[in-house]
Amino acid sequence: MASNPMYQFNVYRIGPEIKLGSVDISFTNASLFMAISSLAILIIFNLGAKKKTLIPDKLQLLSELSYTFVAKMISDTAGSKAKPYFSFIFSLFMFVLFCNMFGMIPYAFTVTSHIIVTFVLAAFIFIGVTIIGFMKHGLGYLKLFVPSGVPMVLLPLIVVIEIISYLSRPISLSVRLFANMMAGHTMMKVFGGFVISLGIVGGWLPLSFSVALTGLEILVAFLQAYVFAILTCIYLNDALNLHH
Amino acid sequence: MLKKIIILIFVTCFACFNTVFAAESGGMPQLNPEFWISQIFWLIITFGILFIVLTKVILPKISDNLETRKSQILENIETADRQKEESQKKIDEYEKIILDSKVKAKNYFNEAREKILDDINKKRAALEENLDEEINSVENELSEFRNKSGDKINKIAAETSAELIKELIGEEVNNSSIAAIVEDQAKISKERKDVI
Repeated sequence: MASNPMYQFNVYRIGPEIKLGSVDISFTNASLFMAISSLAILIIFNLGAKKKTLIPDKLQLLSELSYTFVAKMISDTAGSKAKPYFSFIFSLFMFVLFCNMFGMIPYAFTVTSHIIVTFVLAAFIFIGVTIIGFMKHGLGYLKLFVPSGVPMVLLPLIVVIEIISYLSRPISLSVRLFANMMAGHTMMKVFGGFVISLGIVGGWLPLSFSVALTGLEILVAFLQAYVFAILTCIYLNDALNLHH
Repeated sequence: MLKKIIILIFVTCFACFNTVFAAESGGMPQLNPEFWISQIFWLIITFGILFIVLTKVILPKISDNLETRKSQILENIETADRQKEESQKKIDEYEKIILDSKVKAKNYFNEAREKILDDINKKRAALEENLDEEINSVENELSEFRNKSGDKINKIAAETSAELIKELIGEEVNNSSIAAIVEDQAKISKERKDVI
């Protein structure tokens, strides 16, 4: 069973079974890694924020660079109106990044490789953005589906496409992250399996592939967290500044 | 747009594959809904705690830290600018003082030179005056002497010639006639001198 490349995504219960009514909310390995990621973020950033020196040390520099990085990302894509949502996007980016990165440790569980986790995050963003849009612009938010400068003949078609594209946002957002994480980890597992099965003679090629893939996966882990956060910013920008 | 549709198709394909292979190998654990509720529950709890602590405690600290650094740097730049201005002012003052003192020194020098020149001129004038006076007096004396000498010579010549004549002839000759002759001779010699 352990040689199955999908085995790494199995969720199993840690500790006793917890039931809320008839619903099973037991603590699992997924929950453990969510907690570890959150805790790591809190510890690192708390240590980085504790000292207030004019010339920062390493941890402080790290936290301040992340802060300015996310702040710049938001102000570049969503403008100054998105300032109140900074802390949410910062938490989201850090959570996804740390979950992805913890998944790169051998035998660790990748929280973001589960569609349900990414879908809940994406659905929350989608619903939140839609509510913000309707609160800011009222029914005028529906103008988002009617791009300006489109010929009247094409309008019905465009509106339908725009609505579909808007509604598919949470799916595309969640599937992008989940599929990237799952595909990468599966591929690494497959190449790792090749190393074992080809042995000392032929195993060097898949091993070197594995090493290269590890680097690639670390890049992907960062990139997907960044894409997740920046797409959230873009959706937020649509809701805050109605350009259409 | 197209990408999203393709992704949608992919998802449905995944779901289909899952149902097809579910019977054999258990398929994708991601699509097994056994722990979905648990994952959602723990995601909300952990992410909620993370979000609240970051928002309430950590991010304000970081932004505060960044702000203080920014303001401190601005303050430092301001003080540096102020000090630079002050030093510029001081440099200007210093240059002005140097210029002033240079002008003063020049003035002093000129004054002193003029004074000295004046002095020299005065002294020279006085000296020249003295010299002129002396030269004049000497010239006067000389001319007087010359004038007198002519008479004296004539007189001496007359006397000598009178005595000579007396010795020679032993007879007194009229003094006035001798004087006339001497004068004539003197005139002739003078004319001769003049001609020469």
